[in-house]
Amino acid sequence: MPTDIPVVDLVLRADPELLAIVRLSLAVSLAAVACAAALALPLGALVALTRFPGRDATIVALNTLMGLPPVVVGLAIYLLLSRSGPLGDFGLLFTPQAMVIAQAVLVAPIIAALTRQTIEDLWLEYCDELAAMHVAPVQRVRTLLWDARFSLLTALLAGFGRASAEVGAVIIVGGNIEGHTRTMTTAIALETSKGDLPLAIGLGLVLMAIVVLVNALAWGARRAGERLAG
Amino acid sequence: MSSHAARITPARMSLLAVLAVCLVAWPAAGEDRSIVVASTTSTQDSGLFRHILPLFKAKSGIEVRVVAQGTGQALDTGRRGDADVVFVHARALEERFVADGFGVQRHPVMYNDFVLIGPKQDPAGARGTSIAAALQAIKATRASFISRGDRSGTHAAELRLWAMAGIDIARGKGPWYKDIGQGMGAALNAAAAIGAYVLADRGTWISFRNRGELAILVEGDARLINQYGVILVNPAKHPHVKKEWGQAFIDWLISAEGQKAIAGYRIDGQQPFFPNATRPGG
Amino acid sequence: MMRAPGSDLPIELADARYHVRGSVILDGISLVLGEGPPTVLIGPNGSGKTTLLRMLMGLIAPTDGAVTWGGRRNAPPVRRAIVFQRPVMLRRSVSANLVYALSSAGVARAARPRRVAELLELVGLLALAARPARGLSGGEQQRLALARALARDPQVLFLDEPTASLDPAATKAIEDLIRTVAERGIKVVMSTHDLGEARRLAGEILLLHRGRIVERGPAEAFFAAPRTDEGRRFLAGELLI
Repeated sequence: MPTDIPVVDLVLRADPELLAIVRLSLAVSLAAVACAAALALPLGALVALTRFPGRDATIVALNTLMGLPPVVVGLAIYLLLSRSGPLGDFGLLFTPQAMVIAQAVLVAPIIAALTRQTIEDLWLEYCDELAAMHVAPVQRVRTLLWDARFSLLTALLAGFGRASAEVGAVIIVGGNIEGHTRTMTTAIALETSKGDLPLAIGLGLVLMAIVVLVNALAWGARRAGERLAG
Repeated sequence: MSSHAARITPARMSLLAVLAVCLVAWPAAGEDRSIVVASTTSTQDSGLFRHILPLFKAKSGIEVRVVAQGTGQALDTGRRGDADVVFVHARALEERFVADGFGVQRHPVMYNDFVLIGPKQDPAGARGTSIAAALQAIKATRASFISRGDRSGTHAAELRLWAMAGIDIARGKGPWYKDIGQGMGAALNAAAAIGAYVLADRGTWISFRNRGELAILVEGDARLINQYGVILVNPAKHPHVKKEWGQAFIDWLISAEGQKAIAGYRIDGQQPFFPNATRPGG
Repeated sequence: MMRAPGSDLPIELADARYHVRGSVILDGISLVLGEGPPTVLIGPNGSGKTTLLRMLMGLIAPTDGAVTWGGRRNAPPVRRAIVFQRPVMLRRSVSANLVYALSSAGVARAARPRRVAELLELVGLLALAARPARGLSGGEQQRLALARALARDPQVLFLDEPTASLDPAATKAIEDLIRTVAERGIKVVMSTHDLGEARRLAGEILLLHRGRIVERGPAEAFFAAPRTDEGRRFLAGELLI
């Protein structure tokens, strides 16, 4: 990316390097949310609906893990994925996949904790009706997840916000390799450390614009959905 | 009827998730022609790689992925086997790396030089041709000095220079000596912000834009030479290392063609790196 | 018409008790409910009507004593259904709510659209099929809840004060539906606050007071001449403490 051209011009003429960075940022964060959701939505619903020994401790743990520091997650995943680490044979370090894994780990507790709260509240409302309709436990989970979809979308957006904003995890496991693992946040960190503050700020504004766009789209989808199905 | 909203089934959402992961996975799927080179932030920030790597790729078809860290961290990355090649500028550490069996052989590649940066008004009176005299003046006047403090090659060089100037900096430092633990750009930013002295590599300085009142105060002293070496990570310790491609990169760097590419790199019309693979003493 | 193996009738309670945290809600109820005209539970607040209905439905288990359906102790509620006083609509359309009820009752996918249309027609909500169920008025939601219950093709239909929160027009609509359902041979067991409604719908009256059945008998006979003192006082509008 040329450093002596204002970011606005880079955006307007669709600078290929900037586009590649934006594309990677979105792909990594969205994939991380998708992977985290696949695990965290059922997990959160399960904790909400079942009674088991240690349930309270589990809930406290989930809520606490929402505040996992990204650098700590990055470091832990780095040590796992390093060639000298237990999962080194997969050769995942310094790849976009490692970044997805790290962000998924970071974001999963947020989605799980918010899902648990949402589903538990909804279960209070629904339990009589679902029991009366003799709905099987697995089906109950699916019904609650679906009926809570708009609140759960908010949980997913919270996860996406956390993922797209963080730099500590992706820079450690990704290595900020130009053209390969450089995202918006790592690029901003790099330009800041190089002293190119105008470019860093410009990139920051581009990142914010993208996040606003994603949230606006999600809100629009929610409104459309609400109108259709209530 | 009204089941349209229900079409966004969990099944379809999982499919979307899979697609999302594939989107990310697709560029790096399979055993692509690439190597990971652990190098330093100052080398990366100078823009050298952006200049020479496309030339190497055009010739060999191998994509070089540079992970830029401090020298200490880069050598650690090599020790762990997370890189195929290490390309840093800290001779003593590099030789120990090879001696410990983590690297195959050290090849000198090029050198650049350090410069002493400081406020134009030069309150310590450091300006001149001797780095030793400058450092002594800074300590005597207790002028603010920024140290990188991050186990980088530049930091190692800084510590060597204090020692060579006859100063035991570990004991002699005071509040004037600011150890920030960050990269070259951040150190220069800090120096510009508070009007302090800092040791920088010329390449980063040339492309640094936030200069404020800073200027070069000492340059050209023979002791400010900064030698680079490149090492293949030892496949005996880490069998997965891509040794053919890694060696191809090293061979190219020290070949006439690679050396010419290095010499041909300019920042603002100045040449920051000087190839010296064939000259002993590097 | 699907017939599950075994019938849920007669429902038999044998000296069933229910207490929660020390307070007794049902204090030894023995009764047998079989086919026939609607059975209506009446009684003051706190007499245990809701708890009794939920126990008969199988939502709660007695803390003492037993409840059996067609002689079976743990019969899952396949041929029973209940309409709560404040029904909860699923966050989807009216017809999707019915599809859900049909699917959880095991109705084959191919048969669902026809059944949905039939049920919506029966309860008079056909025009609102595509609307979000939560946007319906109280009376409309109650009718939908009734349709959901009927989707299970029940032998027994329980209703817990179904018209308590409805205006007179909606109340009439519900009462008419209950009458239709009863005429189709479904056993209706409901509770009500409204003695007028009890008069209109009941074939049999059960008077509850402090967790016990105080009087039971054919509705006409009860309203003409209650046999017990509580029955007389309750009909006269007195507060039974």
